[in-house]
Formats: sequence, structure tokens, C-alpha cells
Amino acid sequence: MTDDSTKNLGRIHGVNGNLITVVFENPVRQNEVGYARLGELLLKAEIVRVRAGKCWLQVFEDTVGLKVGDPVEFSGDLLSVELGPGLLKSIYDGLQNPLPELAEQAGFFLERGQYIDGLNRNTQWDFTPSVQVGDLLKAGDAVGSVPEGMFTHRIMIPFGWKGQFTVKEISEACTCTVEKVVAKVEDSEGELREVKLYQNWPVKKAITAFEERLRPTENMSTQVRIIDTFFPVARGGTYCIPGPFGAGKTVLQQITSRRADVDIVIIAACGERAGEVVETLREFPELEDPRTGRSLMERTLIICNTSSMPVASREASVYTGVTLAEYYRQMGLNVLMLADSTSRWAQALRELSGRLEEIPGEEAFPAYLESVIASFYERAGVVRLNDGSTGSVTVGGTVSPAGGNFEEPVTQSTLKVVGAFHGLSRERSDQRRYPAIDPMDSWSKYPSLVDEQMLKEARTMLRDGRDVENMMKVVGEEGTALEDFILFLKAEFLDEVYLQQDAYHDVDGASSAERQQHVFGIIHSIMSSDFSFPGKDQARQEFQRWQQMSKDWNRTPMDSPEFATAEAKLMDAVNAYRSGSGKEN
Amino acid sequence: MHTRYHGIENIVGNVLMLRAEGVGNGDLAEVSYGDERSLAQVIQLDGDQVFLQVFSGSRGIPTDASVRFLGHGLQVPFSDDLLGRIFDGSGVPRDGRPELDAEAVRVAGPSVNPAQRIIPRKMVRTGIPMIDVFNTLVQSQKLPIFSVAGEPYNPLLARIALQAEVDVIILGGMGLKYDDYLYFRDTLEEAGSLSRSVMYVHTAADPTVECLFVPDLCLAVAEQFALQNKEVLVLLTDMTNYADAMKEIAITMEKIPSNRGYPGDLYSQLAARYEKAVDFDSAGSITVLAVTSMPGDDVTHPVPDNTGYITEGQFYLRNGRIEPFGSLSRLKQFVNGSTREDHRKIMDRMIQLYANSRSTEEKRAMGFRMTDWDHKLVTFGQLFEKRLMSLDVTLHLEDALDTCWNILAESFEADECGMPSELIEKFWPKK
Repeated sequence: MTDDSTKNLGRIHGVNGNLITVVFENPVRQNEVGYARLGELLLKAEIVRVRAGKCWLQVFEDTVGLKVGDPVEFSGDLLSVELGPGLLKSIYDGLQNPLPELAEQAGFFLERGQYIDGLNRNTQWDFTPSVQVGDLLKAGDAVGSVPEGMFTHRIMIPFGWKGQFTVKEISEACTCTVEKVVAKVEDSEGELREVKLYQNWPVKKAITAFEERLRPTENMSTQVRIIDTFFPVARGGTYCIPGPFGAGKTVLQQITSRRADVDIVIIAACGERAGEVVETLREFPELEDPRTGRSLMERTLIICNTSSMPVASREASVYTGVTLAEYYRQMGLNVLMLADSTSRWAQALRELSGRLEEIPGEEAFPAYLESVIASFYERAGVVRLNDGSTGSVTVGGTVSPAGGNFEEPVTQSTLKVVGAFHGLSRERSDQRRYPAIDPMDSWSKYPSLVDEQMLKEARTMLRDGRDVENMMKVVGEEGTALEDFILFLKAEFLDEVYLQQDAYHDVDGASSAERQQHVFGIIHSIMSSDFSFPGKDQARQEFQRWQQMSKDWNRTPMDSPEFATAEAKLMDAVNAYRSGSGKEN
Repeated sequence: MHTRYHGIENIVGNVLMLRAEGVGNGDLAEVSYGDERSLAQVIQLDGDQVFLQVFSGSRGIPTDASVRFLGHGLQVPFSDDLLGRIFDGSGVPRDGRPELDAEAVRVAGPSVNPAQRIIPRKMVRTGIPMIDVFNTLVQSQKLPIFSVAGEPYNPLLARIALQAEVDVIILGGMGLKYDDYLYFRDTLEEAGSLSRSVMYVHTAADPTVECLFVPDLCLAVAEQFALQNKEVLVLLTDMTNYADAMKEIAITMEKIPSNRGYPGDLYSQLAARYEKAVDFDSAGSITVLAVTSMPGDDVTHPVPDNTGYITEGQFYLRNGRIEPFGSLSRLKQFVNGSTREDHRKIMDRMIQLYANSRSTEEKRAMGFRMTDWDHKLVTFGQLFEKRLMSLDVTLHLEDALDTCWNILAESFEADECGMPSELIEKFWPKK
């Protein structure tokens, strides 16, 4: 404990769960960070309310042992993260503490009151300047760069600085740590400011140091057929994956984090199972990024605030994640941020709101839930940066609706603001139809990989097939016309061989854009053909045989000779029953 | 610190309020009057008002009862002597033997650093095909058994306990019927397993508050054994009673209920317990199997619903067997890739076919004409239920896989069963 006389101190007046009431004398700021002292330990907390000379702080740790009268130190700063080289490959908790370093200090368990700098202070970086003395810069402009893995990491004028700055001093190319002042710039008042390799940024504020926001139009390939073809996501877009437990939300996100066609992936494991993060933690360093041939971890950053970790930092973790995403976007990179699950984050808000005794909204969620969710998703986007290059942040969040019922507040608030909706259904996952994205309920506002007209026809076919299926449940197969029955088989065929995909198969699990376009063309041509079968049993048998062939085809690599062979085999089998290629409907 | 306080101002439900100073949040206190004494825990502080939750309930507590703060939180004595012992929800021996004299360890400690966890890779063989083949149980997994009242969940739990290969079994009973408690005790004893078990049992007749500590006590003890390189299996029954106890306390404390009266932090509270399941990098592991009864067979009830989001899968117990639909072991792919090459494919295909067979059964029930294919599906469904689903079946994994192929061969032709051609060549039973 250092000298207390220079610190802004308050005293605890009450403790209720992770919320403490503090009496203060000197001014405090709303959302300022404070530390509750418990003996030698400092427990991080954030002011969430000021009322009648007292302030309420939510503590990011367990409050066991805190007493009335214990001191609280106010820091004067908002909850911030450090932005600089060395973020990639890191595994942070919701407050940007690096977990592996914490483990070295504290062992197996996450003991309270342990905080470590987000960026390592000893790592050496090779700085190369890109400006000269006299250059005029503004917030977000680079003064130089350091190589970080496979990326050129721009060192930028802090995003919060307003106005124009003249470079007065710039460091030579050198090897230095993040603390090194690499440039000194002068603001319009004539005051000299220092630029280091890193800067701090309050997580709940969006970074806006760019020229303009653009419309997201470019397809972000995930190599999942049902997504890329049917319910595409655009770079800079937003999407959500609601679904009941066990429907495969997390598996879908894991697949996306591996295969998505972006530069950097930020995974915010927010209030979900620790085991799932561990899979990523342990497997990514071993896995190869097919785009670059390097370890997947080199393009990944993990924020890990799992369900048993303190609830308050769960709320912070999604903001930490999206802030880091915005930071790399500022370097002209395409970033994908995955949040699993936004419902847990909303629940953290609910817990806090309950403790603050606010008037509850639907299902006891706070009334401001909708605006909080909206402003989070709005941090996604494609932007044109100061230097003319573009960068993007794509945000994908899972939602875990209570009882799998999409009519609940979190799902509904999310659906209002996202550009694509991948609704998982219990019915499909029970039938082991993976990915269990419901082709009827889901939608996307972004452009697909394949021809829109063909896609429309495929959707119609799925819907008509479903109608026939429902009808058959009532009138039975014998009451169904052969024509309708074939329609049903076609829809089933499309579902089995295209919408479903074996995520654990090396080839089938990753379907490139090129492959999807090719295969979809073939499937579409089969679906729009007329067939003549002597009876329903034969029709069913044939379709089952084709399914089998198509699945084998899906498992052969596109560049292998077997691919063409399998395709030809399938087409021969199909052509034998074709009675024309006129379009139905 | 150890001053005695008198003068309780409020008694609401099981929560007392008195005025005291220098008390830490979560500290224990001893409330005594006449010959009675009970532990209590600080759950809220507001100025000099201290709110205490009394373990044995507030019935009969006079306003002038004496309250002594102990200056520490909840602890449990831990040593190897715990094995074979039975305690109640506040850690008092239930087996008539003396209190354990051992070093106390903290209860409900911090969670494990995710960076210190490892990917689980050891299968727990149970000899139950619906588990071993279709939803393999894995060390360090946390799995609930969703069940309606009346299903044989406790016998199933006991059977898994006896057949699973682990070093230590810790059984936590919450709101357990006394008969069920005796059943567990006797079953473990008869099988000679009591000596590797510790039991913390809160029966339905005990005060509600004690129910709240059972999972924490079990898991704190489990953690200590796991750190000593033991593979620990924690069995909890029934977590819905636990959640109901939390609800009771929350309502007493006038907390705003979120869903059907349950507190808003139900998810976090359950998660904090389940997430204690762990495989330590250089030590043992904790596997958690917990019965969660579903009121009204409703899986969207807040307790099973929240549980499902926390645990790594779930087993549904319905009509005396583990349902293949909905039952899921999320960790199975870590272990079932290295068992036998056909394991994954046949597991998926069997379930798909069984789903089809069920819808065919519906069709038949409605009196529609059955096609050849329908008849095959029906045969398949019946064989599946008889040879694999029945809870009486005990089969080694490999035998169970062979049984799957036999069922397929007895029901279908090779090219219509939907298995990959290379597996058919290798495993299709030769006539």
C-alpha cells in the first residue's frame, strides 16, 4: 500500500452480492474504475450509479470478506483496454488479464485481485517509422509499424485525440518495447504529446477514427454450405445464431472461427462452458490456417470469461472483444468477432439491474436491454480509413433463448438489429441434421455466393417439399400424387446432400466458394429436372441411391480425379430417369 | 472479532437481521439460544445492518439469541479419513461417528483458470450401450440426467456409480427422500463401494438452507481429492431441489424474480457448481453427474433449461430408458474417434434410422398403408429398442457396436442403410 494521501478514497457502506455501496468525498465519475481493498488485495470494480452522496460499484470479483468501512480507491479512469502489438495469440479474461500469465502466478485457480498488464512489457518489437518530421496527422493515422506475426501492425495516433497534429520527433527504425515513445507530435495548442506503441481505449466507446462507413456487400465465406449459399454473411455485417441447447451453436461458431475468410478472428467466450474454450485454446496452435499455412492461433485472439468466472466481467468481455476487433480494423484488416453467448451477457445485465433494484422489463431484463444490444451490434461495419484502405468488423453472436423459445427479449432485440439470422432448431438437431440451421425460419439480407434466381427456386422447392411432407402425414403416402411425392424427395435430397454437412470430415466439412457454386449448380439442375418413375417405392430407392452417391461425392476433394468420377457416376444414375429438364412449377 | 451480539431486529423467512460492525461478507456466525445452536452465513451488509441466513432455519429463534461471528467463511474439514463417511448438509456427521479432526479447506473457492484446463480424452466406460455407443461419458464431463418424477433415476445413478471406473465417489443428496438415502447407502455398501465414497446428504426433512451447501461441500472435497491425483465422480441428486431452495431464499430476500419465481442469477449459480468439473493438467479429474428432475416433463422449465446450457450434454430418462433423442454427450467426439472406426458413423446413422422408424410408427398408428421400406423401419426400431435401449442391457462398447451392425443387417439391405461403402465392406455381417 503506497501513500493514501494522494488517492481519491471512499469507504464501503454496504455489500450485496457483487454490488458495493461506497461513501465518497471527492468527485467521482460515472463508470469510473475503483478498487476495493481487502487486506493486501485490490478488487477491481466499476461505478454504475451515483445517488445521494453514495456510489454503487459492481465488483468484478467475489466480494466475500469485504467489510463495511473498508477503503475503496478510485482511479479516475474508465474501464479500458490496452491496444498495441502483442494482442494476437493472447488469451484474456473479460478485463484483458492474460490467463496463461495468471496461471504462472497463481496456479490452477483464478484467485481474486490478480491483475496483469494486457500487453507484455518486455516483448521487443521492430519499429519502422512511416512519417517524417513536419507531417500533419490526425487520430488513427499511422506513424509507423511493427511486424506482428503475419500482419503489419500499424502504430497509430491515439483514436481519442481531436484535431490535427504535427510530427515533431519520430524515432528511427529500432527494436523497442511497447512503452517506448516513438513519436512526439504537437497539437493545435502547441502542446507536445507522446505516441507510444500502445494506447488505452475505454471499451464501451466505439472507435470512430475513420473516414466513413460503407455498406457491407462482400460475401464472407465460412465454408458452410447452408450459410454461404442460403443465409450468407457479409464482411462487416452482423448475424446471430439463436438456438436451444444442444442444437450446435458453439460447434457452428468453432467451425466458423477456423474457416471464415477473414484476417483475424476474435472469440469472446462469454459466460459459456470453459471446456469449449479449452478446445480452441489447445487445438488452434496445432491447426494450420488453410489460407496462410501458418498456425491458426496467429490470427486468433481469445477473450475468455466462462460461466463460472465473475459475472460482472462477463459484461465487460463482449466490449473488450469488440474494441480489440475495431482496433485491428483500423489497420485495414477484416476482423470477425464471435460472441458466445450474448444471452449470458444480457443475463449479467439482468443480475446487475436486479441488484440495483431497477424496475424490471420483460422476464426481469432491464428496460434498456434493447438499446444496449443494438449499440453493440452497431459496432460492426465496413469502414474506409483515413488512408483510403478499408477494414471491417463482422459480428456474430449466439443467443441462448430460455426454453429454446425465440419469442424471448434477447432474441427479439437481437433480430431487430442483425443482418442475418441463423435459427437453429431442436427438431433438426434431434434428427442429426447438422448444421441444424432451420432453412424455413432463417433469413439473410446479404448477397449469396450463387445465382439469386436459382436460390429462390431452391427455397421454393424446400418449402413445397415441406408442404407435401406435412400433407403426407395427414393423407398418407398412398393419398399423395406421384408428382408431389417426387417433389418431396427432391426437397429431401437437397436437404440431405447440400444443407447438411459433416463438420468433422476434412473434405465435407470445408466447402469452398468455388465448390459450392459448382455443386449447387449440379444439384439445382437435378432438382429442376422432370423424372419418370414407375412408382413411389422405386422413386424413393433411386433418390436414396443418389443421396448415397452425392454424399460420397461430397467427401472427395475437389482437385482429385475421384471428384469428377463421382460426379459423372451420379449424373449417369440421375440421367437414366430424367424425362426432360424443363423447370417445374 | 468474537464478540457476542444480542438483539435481532428482523426475522424474515430464514434470514435474520441484526446490527454489528466489522463483519465480512460471507462470514459464518453461530446463533445460539437455550440448548440450540446453528450456523448462519452473512449474505448482505448495509451500513451496520448484517443479514444472516440461518442454516437450520429460523423456527424458534428468539430476538435475544446470541450471535457470534467466526471471522471466516464456509469451510469443510478434509483428509483421506472422509472416505466411507456420511454427513448432512452443514457438514455434521450423519453416521453416528465423531466429527472429523482435519485441516479445513474453503468451500466455493475460485474457479479454475481456463488456460490450465486440458481437453478431456479419457472415456468413462459404463457398460450401458445408450451411453457408451451413442453418448459416451468422458472424464471431467458434467452431465445432468433429466428425468420425470417416478423414473428410476436414483437406481441409474447408483448403477453408473458402481460400474464406472473412478477412484472416489462423492454423493450429494438434496431434498432426498429418506428411503432413497438408505437405498444409496446400502447399494454402495453391498457393492463394497462405500469405502471409496463420501456422502453429503440433505433429506427432505432437513431445513431448506442446508440444502444450499450440499453441492459446494461435495465439490470442495472433490477438488481436494482431484488435486491429489484422484479421478473423482460427483453424483448429485436432485439439482431441482437445490434450485428450489435458492428460489425460496431469493424470494425471502425480496429479490426480483426472473422466470417462474427463480432468481435472475440461477444460471450463474448453477454454472459456478457445474464448472467445478475439471481435468487438471497434472493431477486428477472431477466428473459430475447430476439428476435434474423436470417438473411436468417440461424441459423448458427454468432449471433443466438453464442446466442444459451449462452442462456438456444431457441424458433424458423416459419410460425407464435413456432416450436417444435429445440425449447428448458433447464431449463424445473427443473419445469416440479413437474407439473403432465405425463408431461415429454407425452412431449417427442408427439414430437417424430410429427417428424415421418412429415417424413410421406414427403413420402406422394412424392406419396408413405401409410400404416395404416402412416395414423395414419398424423391424429396425423394435430390434433397436430391445437389444440396445433397454436399461437391463449391459454390453461392452465393441459388442454393442457389433450389435448395431447385426440390427442393420437384419432390417435392411446393405445399400439402403446409408452407411459409407467402405465401412459396409468391412463390418457388414457375413451371412
